[in-house]
Amino acid sequence: MALTGVEIFKLLPKTNCKKCGHPTCLAFAMKLAQRQASLDACPDVSEDAKKVLGEASAPPVRPITLGTGDKAVKMGEETVLFRHEKKFVNPCAFAVEVKDTMSEADINKICDDVNSSEIDRVGQKLRIDAIFISNASNDAAKFEAAAKTVAAKAPAAAIILGTENAQTAEAAVKAVADRKPLLFGANDSNAEAMAGIAKANKIALGVSAKGLEALSALTEKIKGLGVEDIVMDSGAKTAKEIINNNTLIRRAAIKKNFKPLGYPVITFAQRDDVMLETLIAVACVAKYSSIVVLSSVEKWKNLALFTVRQNIYTDPQVPMQVEQKIYKIGEPTENSPLMITTNFSLTYFIVSGEVENSKVPCRLAVMDSEGLSVLTAWAAGKFTASKIAQFIKESGIENEIKHREIIIPGYVAIMSGAIEEKLPGWKVTVGPREANALPAFLKSR
Amino acid sequence: MAFVEPKESFAGKVYQITIGSDKTAVFGGENALPFLTVDGNYPNKPVIAFEIQDVPPTDWPDTVRKAYENVSGDPVTWAKYCQNELNAQAIALRLVGTHPDRENRTAEDAAKTVKDVLAAINVPLIILGSNNVEKDSVVLVAAAEAAKDKNCVIGKAQEANYKTIAAAAMANNHKLIAMSELDINLSKQLNILITQMGFDKERLITDPMCSALGYGLEYTYSVMERIRLAALTQNDATMQPPILADVGMYVWKVKETQAAEADVPNWGNVEQRGITWETVTAGSLMVSGAELLIMRHPEAVKAIQKFIDELN
Ligand code: B12
Ligand code: SF4
Repeated sequence: MALTGVEIFKLLPKTNCKKCGHPTCLAFAMKLAQRQASLDACPDVSEDAKKVLGEASAPPVRPITLGTGDKAVKMGEETVLFRHEKKFVNPCAFAVEVKDTMSEADINKICDDVNSSEIDRVGQKLRIDAIFISNASNDAAKFEAAAKTVAAKAPAAAIILGTENAQTAEAAVKAVADRKPLLFGANDSNAEAMAGIAKANKIALGVSAKGLEALSALTEKIKGLGVEDIVMDSGAKTAKEIINNNTLIRRAAIKKNFKPLGYPVITFAQRDDVMLETLIAVACVAKYSSIVVLSSVEKWKNLALFTVRQNIYTDPQVPMQVEQKIYKIGEPTENSPLMITTNFSLTYFIVSGEVENSKVPCRLAVMDSEGLSVLTAWAAGKFTASKIAQFIKESGIENEIKHREIIIPGYVAIMSGAIEEKLPGWKVTVGPREANALPAFLKSR
Repeated sequence: MAFVEPKESFAGKVYQITIGSDKTAVFGGENALPFLTVDGNYPNKPVIAFEIQDVPPTDWPDTVRKAYENVSGDPVTWAKYCQNELNAQAIALRLVGTHPDRENRTAEDAAKTVKDVLAAINVPLIILGSNNVEKDSVVLVAAAEAAKDKNCVIGKAQEANYKTIAAAAMANNHKLIAMSELDINLSKQLNILITQMGFDKERLITDPMCSALGYGLEYTYSVMERIRLAALTQNDATMQPPILADVGMYVWKVKETQAAEADVPNWGNVEQRGITWETVTAGSLMVSGAELLIMRHPEAVKAIQKFIDELN
């Protein structure tokens, strides 16, 4: 349970020595209760108090990392239920299922799909993060072989080993232990053996139970066996079960600080109907799953799922933005066209992408408009004639180019006269409204 | 530690709305966040309306235009096709041809189209203007009169033109869509202005403005979620009308629904991609609060219907 400021205060030294940077122990206790301070800041706190407070002040959803290297998957650490309150922290990972009954060629094919799944969207590199190997054969040798194949063929993907059979798990885990896989499949009847394997290999353990009461009891049991890094499956399969269970789990963890459910959630979204599977995954992204297991990774499906994840996990307070400057696209000369736009990431990436498509070298002046799109910035008074004129003058572009022509977005054609007035000697040309008309526009000039 | 379900119950409730005069459709009425049946009731499934137009959809991309190739030359044939072949629960007729930059059809033309379509179908009709605020205030008044007592949905009333449109919806016994621009306070404000005219708040539908996946979806998503939270936790009556997501129009203009696979090999098949874009946009907005959705592609609607069946 979360401790109140007063409860925490009772455990502190009460000397008001200020070494923690707060005027009194009580003030520090209040900050701890709001999770705005860390207990380490007080040098004099007793070991006993540390133990009690450490438990209570740990993040409500335990941070867990899967895999190794720069593509390791981080999970947990969430602090809110709704994205408008505060940014969701660790984007949910997409995993695709591989069965150890598949032929090596089929497994290789899926690995290739995963390796080539990376898509660059609005400056972020997005990909299928993990491969879930299920022990469909219930055979130890096949499971180990599949694990080795995946480890060799998909060197960057995180690995999840799915089996309820501790005997078959052992060799497979050992074979890929250096990749920090997740072993998934602990339940009430195999808990001891599975926890033993996870502990011996220092990896996280995925547990599965039907319903939240059974799940809480199971995570407690696993923790009692010495495994702290746990990922949970509540048995939710339908969209409705996923939304309800995941919400209750997140609420229990965050609002009640209920430790037995304070772990990342894995959800199995596989369906025969690929569109329904996609929608189940959407529910998982929106409603708190940390890993979603899919049956297939078609490119069009990846793009849609990556995008919805990116949207849900952007910071609600700060739109994604790029730096204000004059970007060169291709190798522009002193006679190449100059265009202007705002610094909203989406706007910048769409426009620069289309300019690249045109193969016409250009300069793109990106003006700081607090991350707003062209029309939004214009309506908010952040992309106005006088601001544009000032930006152009101060940018030093007049020393870099010979001509004095600037192309503005078609949607703000209404500003062209005002810009010419504020930028004497310059000619304003109104470009197309939509960026996808830019290649034709630039080529025809 | 024993587990106690952290259920929450709310004082507020979303208004339940019934539209149509022959076959009807019902949505809203829940006292819980979307599909969170542990907390309360979610008595009615979201309703999906098929979008049709008064003029042929020459500006729709191939993928979705092809789905209506043989019927979209005329709104009556198109409406009948949606009702009879696609089992539409409702039809949304967008009078886009009245826009001054388009065919500039008159209010009388629009009224006739509305009458003809109404005569041909028995499912509820949603009548939408061209989103030109001046023209809409003429066109939608004529359309509301032409559809008198058919319990249609008229939209969209915006800050700049709500008075005439709300008055016409009221006089002719229709429901009304109030649209504002992606801001919970603007949305609340408009609902207040409209109800101050004497318009019954239980006949309103809120459109906080849709946006497509990858093109501002997160703004619509969060505004919808915040509206639902205000309706339930604060029992704020101005936030309790059901929410509309006008999905198709925003989705079928973005690049992802159109770019050829040859140009963007990483994005995969263009048809599947377009349909998925509409499906995922609609699915996300349903999870955040929309109870009425306007969509275009039959395959996207089919997928959403399966999702809805699983959510109830
Ligand atoms: C999301 C959104 C918001 C978000 C902000 C998102 C952001 N980071 O900018 C929020 C909710 C904060 C917002 C707020 C407001 N918004 Co707003 N918003 C939108 C919305 C839905 C999408 C904007 C968007 O992201 N477009 C995508 C980007 C990529 O488009 P873009 O930057 O214009 O770029 C395209 C083209 O312009 C072109 N292009 C870009 N650069 C260049 C350069 C050259 C040289 C060329 C040739 C072409 C080109 O290519 C791009 C792709 O085709 C639009 C409506 C819509 N569907 O378009 C309204 C819209 C822009 N907003 C509008 C308004 C009025 C506002 C507010 C003033 C209202 C309010 N709610 O208070 C506020 C102002 C913000 C403030 N801080 O005060 C109006 C603007 C009306 C107008 N014509 O002036 C719009 C059009 C809504 C409407 N009325 O239909 N908004
Ligand atoms: S450092 Fe510890 S003892 Fe000193 S004021 Fe802070 S909380 Fe109290």
